[in-house]
Amino acid sequence: MTHDATTRQDARVSPSTGTSPSVASAATAADESPRLERARARRRGGSVGRSRFLLALYLILMLLPIYWLINMSLQSNSEILGALSFWPREVTFDNYIGIFTDSNWYMGYVNSIAYVSMNMLISISVALPAAYAFSRFKFIGDKHLFFWLLTNLMAPPAVFLLPYFQLYYSVGLFDTHIAVALAHCLFNIPLAVWILEGFMSSVPKEVDETAYIDGYSFPSFFVKIFIPMIRSGIGVTLFFLFMFSWVELLLSRTLTATNAQPIASIMTRTSTASGIDWGTLAAAGVLTILPGIIVVYFVRNHIAKGFALGRT
Amino acid sequence: MSLILENIDHVVNGATHIEGIDLELAPGSFNVLLGRTLAGKTTLMRLMAGLEPPTRGRVLMNGEDVTGVSVRRRNVSMVYQQFINYPSLTVFDNIASPLKLARVPKAEVTRRVRETAEMLHIEHLLDRYPQELSGGQQQRTAMGRALVKDADLILFDEPLVNLDYKLREEFRQELRELFRMRNCIAVYATTEPNEALALGGHTAVLHEGRLLQYGRTEDVYHRPGNILTAEMFSEPPINVVPGLVSGAEVTFDKSVHFRLNEDLRSLPPGQYSFGVRPSHVGLAPQSADDLELQVRVDLAEISGSETFLHVSNELFHLVLHLAGVHEFAVDEPIKVYFPTHKLYAFDHNGSVVHIPPRLGSL
Repeated sequence: MTHDATTRQDARVSPSTGTSPSVASAATAADESPRLERARARRRGGSVGRSRFLLALYLILMLLPIYWLINMSLQSNSEILGALSFWPREVTFDNYIGIFTDSNWYMGYVNSIAYVSMNMLISISVALPAAYAFSRFKFIGDKHLFFWLLTNLMAPPAVFLLPYFQLYYSVGLFDTHIAVALAHCLFNIPLAVWILEGFMSSVPKEVDETAYIDGYSFPSFFVKIFIPMIRSGIGVTLFFLFMFSWVELLLSRTLTATNAQPIASIMTRTSTASGIDWGTLAAAGVLTILPGIIVVYFVRNHIAKGFALGRT
Repeated sequence: MSLILENIDHVVNGATHIEGIDLELAPGSFNVLLGRTLAGKTTLMRLMAGLEPPTRGRVLMNGEDVTGVSVRRRNVSMVYQQFINYPSLTVFDNIASPLKLARVPKAEVTRRVRETAEMLHIEHLLDRYPQELSGGQQQRTAMGRALVKDADLILFDEPLVNLDYKLREEFRQELRELFRMRNCIAVYATTEPNEALALGGHTAVLHEGRLLQYGRTEDVYHRPGNILTAEMFSEPPINVVPGLVSGAEVTFDKSVHFRLNEDLRSLPPGQYSFGVRPSHVGLAPQSADDLELQVRVDLAEISGSETFLHVSNELFHLVLHLAGVHEFAVDEPIKVYFPTHKLYAFDHNGSVVHIPPRLGSL
């Protein structure tokens, strides 16, 4: 009944030209019934409230583990293992200090950052020309080759584990940063080619021709004109390269021993004779998420296009 | 500086895009390539520029064979239908880039860029970036880059298509002015006959990868070599009516006929196609020997301040080009007048056999 009346009233009010909704509703509220007004307000408020509630619930569920990690990283081991507490009773930074003073720990970050940067550099410099070729030239089997690149992402890294291990061991690359960087090219180069090709194809090829007509040589055109045009694509690609290389554990753990051991691998070896060092582990976890958050912050406006591989 | 295309063929994946084109462009000439979409205008321009090598044939510039020479080594410039600029460079640097690459001294670069920008009325925009400009200004920037370097050959590939009507007219006028004092070959592709007429110079009519006719624009317009050229170089297309010449009469189908006038008397008896321009068919008789036809209105199409009136009866389907905006009811019976002394006659191959001697206006 209430609902019916409201819709009828809406229908009557809306065509009246130039009357703002608030004026119209004030007028009707006076001569009809204030009950309708309240019902409508409740309905509107209710739907907003419900969606806010759902959003909050979703965020809480999603952020809970991260919150718990931060919570643990600020507690001492005895507090972690003690009674359930939703926040640190005694905030301590000892776990973080421990990581930054123990070279076994912080070298893990240095190693990870080293091979991730190497991998980003190698992948992007290989993928840029490759993506340009796929985007601009027609050659026999180009489409098949392009698809084959993608299939490289479908094979689990475990498949390549044994050959990499054996090969690197025999040529003396085992336990070096470059070994992991090269191994990660397995999935990162195809990914980079895919993303960059999309961005490059959205640049009309007439731009290339105009540059040649103006007298640019290919290298100077590529560096001075073309790369600035796909800046955001390169940014997004670098983010993806970073992300996949940073989170990969299997290859990086197997191909390293001590000199190039990544942080994720060190984190899996925290159980000692005296038990697991929960606090330090949690602090290491927090420090591992941070670089990702920083990188995402810089490419946040381009990332949706990146997920669509530049094809929007 | 002259440009000669010798028997050019261009085949892409087995499909012939350009077939047997022979064309000689005179130094300092302004040339229009007229043809519908897919007629091969863009391909021909790319061959002229050297962006693609022809499959067969030779391209000569100044008598020198440049067939396989890359575009970088030829002194050409090109303006595209899309607004192509370098988004990372300012308008100034966009226009300056051909000069900088040619290692022109800095002061000279600044002087010439300013000069070109003034010519194109974009001197106040030199510090901006292309994406901050309107479409017309972006295209002016692209033109600036093409004009600044004193190219031997400047190619315009439908540069005004993406601009609005008013801007187009403005540009067209300026363009002719710009080229009046230059000694380079300009080639301008368009699909619109009116644009070709407005630009003047020479016109090459292309159809399905072949060159139909090349000559002074007025000559090509008034003296089309065949029926296709006549159709192409007329907006709306020329009306074509089949007719029989026998004895002293021309008969359209069976009932409508008129006496052979002086102009047509030289035609031997036989079947012909007669062409009459839409602007020559009128609602009032223009001379005593006009043929009066009773027709019905199919459609009155209003384009700008002109009306294209489509009429038909059981024998004819005609289009009239009337000045001004006219309103007609569909199926309204009207009388139109068919000028018998303004007829083109084409034989069964489509070649022109008679051209009306009194050249009318548009």
